[in-house]
Amino acid sequence: MPVTLRLPTVLAGAAGGNTVHQARGATVGDVVADVASRYPELGTRLRGPNGEPYPYVIFYLDDEDIRFRQGFATPVRDGAEIVVVPAIAGG
Amino acid sequence: MAIGRDVSKLPGLGNDEILRYSRHLIIPEVGMEGQRRLKDARVLMVGAGGLGSPIGLYLAAAGVGRLGIVEFDTVDVTNLQRQVLHGTRDVGRKKVESARDRIRDVNPHVEVVPHEAWLTSENALQIIGQYDLVVDGTDNFPTRYLVNDACVLLGKPNVYGSIFRFEGQSTVFCAADGPCYRCLYPEPPPPGLVPSCAEGGVLGILPGLIGLVQATEAVKLVTGVGRPLVGRLLLLDALAMQFRTMTLRKDPACPACGTREIQALVDYQQFCGVGREEDLSGIPAISVSELDARRRGGSPLDLVDVRERHEWEIGRIAGARLAPLSSFAEALRSFDSARDTVLYCKSGVRSAKAVQQLQAAGFRRVWNLEGGILRWSEEIDPTVPRY
Repeated sequence: MPVTLRLPTVLAGAAGGNTVHQARGATVGDVVADVASRYPELGTRLRGPNGEPYPYVIFYLDDEDIRFRQGFATPVRDGAEIVVVPAIAGG
Repeated sequence: MAIGRDVSKLPGLGNDEILRYSRHLIIPEVGMEGQRRLKDARVLMVGAGGLGSPIGLYLAAAGVGRLGIVEFDTVDVTNLQRQVLHGTRDVGRKKVESARDRIRDVNPHVEVVPHEAWLTSENALQIIGQYDLVVDGTDNFPTRYLVNDACVLLGKPNVYGSIFRFEGQSTVFCAADGPCYRCLYPEPPPPGLVPSCAEGGVLGILPGLIGLVQATEAVKLVTGVGRPLVGRLLLLDALAMQFRTMTLRKDPACPACGTREIQALVDYQQFCGVGREEDLSGIPAISVSELDARRRGGSPLDLVDVRERHEWEIGRIAGARLAPLSSFAEALRSFDSARDTVLYCKSGVRSAKAVQQLQAAGFRRVWNLEGGILRWSEEIDPTVPRY
């Protein structure tokens, strides 16, 4: 069963206009890499040149911040949901 | 637990106030004590824009005794689609004055304290220090980090909200043992990566939804009612009309609220890289009057609009063709390097990038229209709509 990667609309433009993506992978990083392989521009918005998340883009795995688990190495279960929450500043 | 003074020191309510707030007073959780706490509360709104509008209106109506407003902007007609604190007749007025007048009408018992200034590292501690809590309705990263650090240093709760297009976030930072903004986002995105509402747009209703979450949290903090939005990040997706709450943890390594190595306010423009944006000054440019003269003189040139299609549909310069920057690489083969080419966008930033792309592809006869379609509308053809 695939994993769901949910993007905010600000990143949808880099992902074929879609906010919800099905992907596969054993870890959060694998899932991100799977989606990024389809949308290279999205890949550069989700992770830096070192392959790690940016400090201004947070990944939640089933509502938990992956920084307090194992980052991109955090294992994902089948059917899990990853939500991407980038910093926005509008007011 | 409510913030503020011991109940014995709270001000009383006059009979006119008791009548005005009767629908609060008959809620047992609020009651006379809660309403007196609201009257005693000193709340600082940073920003009287999209978020600040519902925050100001509802906190005033709820009976917050002193409402400070930090705002330096004036009311622009493009604000009115969402900034309901200001009206059509206020266009051109200072927002602090417009807000004060509107709030006085909503509730004359509220003392409005205008701070007509930008919040800076020099004035933030002095201004915020006069209040019990801050409601952050700013529209840029440097001020958000500034508000956060000042609130951490002063130990004031910071009711946070931010919005973009159809999505919003809210939480309460800097409460006792709670996380702060730097725990959530240790560093800001590079300038230009995340568009502002002015650049990217925002659904006018969205600040209403998020601003009222903030106002609700402010009232809860003041009265001590309920479970505050501390350690939880509320996310709103208005398109799906879905509210989600994520766990937000205090980061022990946070330099502001964790290790406390941040002992004083810093230069937040520098921290956020503002002013280090790409230098576009070396790019060949043409003024709107030069372009107008060349067109009137009949000299052949290609005029290309690099905005997105939904902007093109708002209005365009006659004779232009569309080649959006988002798919510019694919459009490169449609350009003729032998012809003079002028590129424009809304204000001249995106078209400068497009000129650079053409230069990189070997084009030599390309120019950026300074000030974009906005300046064309202002100086040459007022029938072209501004937006």
